[in-house]
Amino acid sequence: MNLGGLNDLYRQLIIDHAQHPHHHGELPAASQTITLNNPTCGDVIKLAVTFADDRIEQIAFSGEGCSISQASASMMTDLVQGQTRAQAKKEIQVFLEMLMENPEATQDDPDELLGDAAVLAAVVKFPARIKCATLAWKALEQAISEEEAHE
Amino acid sequence: MVNDIAIARNDFPILKEVVNGQPLAYLDNAATTQKPQAVIDALVHYYQHDNANIHRGVYTLAERATEQYEAVRQQVATFINAASVAEIVFTRGTTTSLNWVAQTYAPTILQAGDEIVISIMEHHSNLVPWQQVAQRTGAKLRYVELTASGELDLAQYGDLLNARTKIVSLTHVSNVLGTINPIKKMTAMAHAVGATVVIDGAQATGHFPVDVQELDCDFYAFSGHKMYGPTGIGVLYGREALLTAMPPAEFGGEMINLVTRQKTDFKPAPAKFEAGTMPIAQVIGLGAAISYLQHLGWPAIIAQEQQLTAQAYQELTAITGVTVYGPTEPTRRSSVLSFNLQGLHPHDLATVLDMQGVAIRAGHHCAQPLMTDLGVSATARASFAFYNNQADLRQLVTAVQAAKEFFKL
Repeated sequence: MNLGGLNDLYRQLIIDHAQHPHHHGELPAASQTITLNNPTCGDVIKLAVTFADDRIEQIAFSGEGCSISQASASMMTDLVQGQTRAQAKKEIQVFLEMLMENPEATQDDPDELLGDAAVLAAVVKFPARIKCATLAWKALEQAISEEEAHE
Repeated sequence: MVNDIAIARNDFPILKEVVNGQPLAYLDNAATTQKPQAVIDALVHYYQHDNANIHRGVYTLAERATEQYEAVRQQVATFINAASVAEIVFTRGTTTSLNWVAQTYAPTILQAGDEIVISIMEHHSNLVPWQQVAQRTGAKLRYVELTASGELDLAQYGDLLNARTKIVSLTHVSNVLGTINPIKKMTAMAHAVGATVVIDGAQATGHFPVDVQELDCDFYAFSGHKMYGPTGIGVLYGREALLTAMPPAEFGGEMINLVTRQKTDFKPAPAKFEAGTMPIAQVIGLGAAISYLQHLGWPAIIAQEQQLTAQAYQELTAITGVTVYGPTEPTRRSSVLSFNLQGLHPHDLATVLDMQGVAIRAGHHCAQPLMTDLGVSATARASFAFYNNQADLRQLVTAVQAAKEFFKL
């Protein structure tokens, strides 16, 4: 059986995050709650964020999804909790560029900026799964822009 | 008549592909089937020798193309046993066929307060068009529910039907559960209250014989690409009187009798529905697919698909953690098997299977209300064609077991 390629995609770190996701749950007092779905597969993510000044004070996610989408959400919430909106926006940009098969687009090193989420670079080789990885990040992008629209 | 169905596999060049270093086990036949060399050759031959626009030219080539195109209409009529060739309309596919009935025929008979009955196992293409027409006309959309075994609840269906039921639209075979619905009986029940019956035959026509006069349905829709023909071509069968009453959905060239400044007289059905240049090559390819199926013969096709499905059902359910959805009785289902492996999302499962050369579908299968009813967000789905064999089945079962081991489930 050819399962070698699987080890590239399903690193132990990804499986760990998927099976025991961090920041999984609800935030009843969230400033922004964004629900996004992936219409091709029916996966849903509900991302709740509490902002304090320009910082992400609390973040949590819930919903249904595959290992890649769950691990990605877990890694992202680890990364951005406590950060400024500007930092988070930068990381979202780097993450999305990393998965666009266009690493030259950014001068920034995903390994330095993205923490655990940098391992999701392997998803590029599985084009059908890219949307699974980016769903949570797009939800955060929307949460930040809605928060900023209300300022 | 081919005695050994195994030989027929060689007619499909794509099945010799190697995917991720493994032989391709193509098990997504409910999404689209592969094409035999005879269909590929028919398309190539048409473009190399006969290509011309139909019904217009007076030159030899145009006559040849027209003759071939219309010969396929006759072939389709025979294939589903329509009473007349005039009852066969070529469309882009099942989705277009169903949309046309919902958007142009249905509003002529629906009034506010009338009822449309569909089932909870419908594909979105036989669900969303009815939601739209219900919203537009003020009709009410009602659902036939499932029994515990994944079949339609006929008692509840009987209770739904009443004098306000104007349309009943049902799938012949579920694209998720594989259930073969008792269409003849359900049609008779609908006709007893005066309803028009529309059948989505997308998952039926390539797998067993369909006789529209025996079923007694009023409309029947299907696609070429799910029965070994090209994409972009489908059929809408309608009783002649209904097609005469049904307004065209599109207007333009070739569907007219006479056009003056302010008004147009249309041709009779089926021509009035076929505006513009039709997918001529695809129609001819569909004809080649029908000839191919007739050459193989239904008994061999049905026997092979039932054997594989029954065996897959048994072997998959034998794996701890695997749930297979739909009827347990092999003769009550087609060759579609939806399943889940506990602890692993179907998308992850499909990726693991793909790495082992096994092509299956994962997701909601364009049947979100059914997914909600089953209490799942998605399923994996393996669907067999007669060209699948024991090696494909082994590859599937071994790959599911490998996924289980890889994720330590």
